Amino acid sequence: MSAIIHGAGAATALTTFHSKKLVARSRTNLPGRSKRCIVASGSDDGSKSFGSSSSLSLRHSHKLIPNNAVATKVDTSATTGHELLLFEALQEGLEEEMDRDPHVCVMGEDVGHYGGSYKVTKGLADKFGDLRVLDTPICENAFTGMGIGAAMTGLRPVIEGMNMGFLLLAFNQISNNCGMLHYTSGGQFTIPVVIRGPGGVGRQLGAEHSQRLESYFQSIPGIQMVACSTPYNAKGLMKAAIRSENPVILFEHVLLYNLKEKIPDEEYICNLEEAEMVRPGEHITILTYSRMRYHVMQAAKILVNKGYDPEVIDIRSLKPFDLYTIGNSVKKTHRVLIVEECMRTGGIGASLTAAINENFHDYLDAPVMCLSSQDVPTPYAGTLEEWTVVQPAQIVTAVEQLCQ
Amino acid sequence: MALSRLSLRSTTFLKPSSLRRHVTTDTTPITIETAAPFTSHQCDPPSRSVETSSAEILSFFRDMARMRRMEIAADSLYKSKLIRGFCHLYDGQEALAVGMEAGITKKDAIITSYRDHCTFLGRGGELVDAFSELMGRMRGCSNGKGGSMHFYKKDACFYGGHGIVGAQIPLGCGLAFAQKYSKEENVSFVLYGDGAANQGQLFEALNIAALWDLPAILVCENNHYGMGTATWRSAKSPAYFKRGDYVPGLKVDGMDVLAVKQACKFAKEHALKNGPIILEMDTYRYHGHSMSDPGSTYRTRDEVSGVRQVRDPIERVRKLLLSHDIATEKELKDMEKEVRKEVDDAVAQAKESPVPEASELFTNMYVKDCGVESFGADRKELKVTLA
Repeated sequence: MSAIIHGAGAATALTTFHSKKLVARSRTNLPGRSKRCIVASGSDDGSKSFGSSSSLSLRHSHKLIPNNAVATKVDTSATTGHELLLFEALQEGLEEEMDRDPHVCVMGEDVGHYGGSYKVTKGLADKFGDLRVLDTPICENAFTGMGIGAAMTGLRPVIEGMNMGFLLLAFNQISNNCGMLHYTSGGQFTIPVVIRGPGGVGRQLGAEHSQRLESYFQSIPGIQMVACSTPYNAKGLMKAAIRSENPVILFEHVLLYNLKEKIPDEEYICNLEEAEMVRPGEHITILTYSRMRYHVMQAAKILVNKGYDPEVIDIRSLKPFDLYTIGNSVKKTHRVLIVEECMRTGGIGASLTAAINENFHDYLDAPVMCLSSQDVPTPYAGTLEEWTVVQPAQIVTAVEQLCQ
Repeated sequence: MALSRLSLRSTTFLKPSSLRRHVTTDTTPITIETAAPFTSHQCDPPSRSVETSSAEILSFFRDMARMRRMEIAADSLYKSKLIRGFCHLYDGQEALAVGMEAGITKKDAIITSYRDHCTFLGRGGELVDAFSELMGRMRGCSNGKGGSMHFYKKDACFYGGHGIVGAQIPLGCGLAFAQKYSKEENVSFVLYGDGAANQGQLFEALNIAALWDLPAILVCENNHYGMGTATWRSAKSPAYFKRGDYVPGLKVDGMDVLAVKQACKFAKEHALKNGPIILEMDTYRYHGHSMSDPGSTYRTRDEVSGVRQVRDPIERVRKLLLSHDIATEKELKDMEKEVRKEVDDAVAQAKESPVPEASELFTNMYVKDCGVESFGADRKELKVTLA
């Protein structure tokens, strides 16, 4: 491990990213995985329903996929796989990991006999029993703490927050115990928990059930955060998160649970720290994650018709950022638009803007623009709720503005 | 008895280098009654007669003397600014740490809050590791990164060491859950104070523990003051052992090491069969809440010295040893001198040990430090490519 003490200057920082060490590391940083895993580099177009199968061959993410149009119909006859919805993909990933490792257990409200409030844990209680799929009472602080305590001894709990917003009650446990115990114990204890749950703005769920907790958790040292957006990366990230020795918070989105996609039959895992190239392009880099990916792809359709060529990257890894993929993209396009669902203040976009400005300032032709939700509690009224989140039309306008 | 002692003295005379007396290894069981009976809630209290042995009682004395000296040494180190930040001392409560260890095995888990120096020692921690950690050196049990409130010892199932009051209770119930999951017959002792007893997460965790029959033993170390607030000012119901309601409880004289041993043994058997139980240990701390608290603004000095005269755990064991002719006054004084030397040596050794290097700032952030870039506070300095 080399300590590089820098003064100011992005140029020196870039050399770190060009180092071969980093290239190798992001591919194979999890031993044993690369042999079996099919690293998702994303060839799907991100539209809401897929008839296509995702790439089955190992692709290098630099290779440009010929982009004729945005919505490509990929030939399904040659490839195998099975089609399922995103929540089923999560369930499949969870079930496979529970089969594989008897230390994995699930705890949360109504995850067992009820089957999970979003059906992610449906059928698991019947299969694995009450000791491995635990219905907890409503006490987020306590059961998150219990999951962390169990993880200290070697169990691998998957803690479900019925809605991510409820995990605010467990913030102390997540911040102080989950994030910090590995460090303060000098490496004695590892906390291999997965904390997952749906968050984000739904359909008129009200202010308290429409929270984006990734902005609150992003400062906690010691945790990793990932956000899934397609059935393919949902299953892959769930498996990777469970196998990781670090505490991982997996952000799902309430509105994405019914996305349908064909995913491979064979086992695969997605890389936790890698961003997904959704649509390569030349003119502008659009960074997004979770539900906003779909708004961006809708906007991309319009933009392509207007003659622009946006490069869309689903950053997936919210902590740490995959600055390697992002950096290469910025070097290519020189313009960045960040589209996120977090609030303007202190969101993921704010941190990403800072990171990009700091590291890739020389490569930017225009200031980094960040489209986020408004700094208001999410209102109930449908029209108002629409105005709090970023809509495709705003994305189109922003791109046109940046590309002038 | 006098004759045997005479012959034993001659043995020591023949082997002047040996400081071990014959009687220190005497493990024939003797039964001693606890000074006070147990009060129980929703269960039958254990018997007042405690099975122990001369060797064990002598070991109690030595261990408690060591803990007491360690805390006093920590006090003077803090005043000479070698220990910084928060330092919460346990002197007065040693009987709890020592008695608990006597009643359980090293496979049973213990988790406690920030007043953890003596618990760490009881679990088999080394004095050097403790002092090094307090002074922020590499040699410390958490590599100097935890400090006074974050002592851990994984191989002895000591899970710390937690700064936030009450947060260790759900963690402890999680330990108990893992023990139940793995089907090994071990229990978890979850220690908290009278201040933490008012935390909601205690009742949340207790509910789950009782619901799922977890082998969790919640031990309330009632030293009657939550920092500056006495129990009568913070709790409507200061009968902490009854607060579990549907969970059985036991009130124990926490300054009587034999009573603590009996209670912990009883609790372990109970928890393995019937699920959680609450133990309230009536104890007292001589120092203030921490080193920055003189401890006299909310209680009188007479109270503190009164407890020291009447209830001091080490004095009680000393009286027991003398009255049962297990050791002489001189032997006990020698033992205390030995312990003092041990502690002084450890302090000296700890003072010599190096501070952590700058690169240690970023180790143990993530397991296998998965190829992540780690930034300093202003994102400009000390960027490290984590291996």
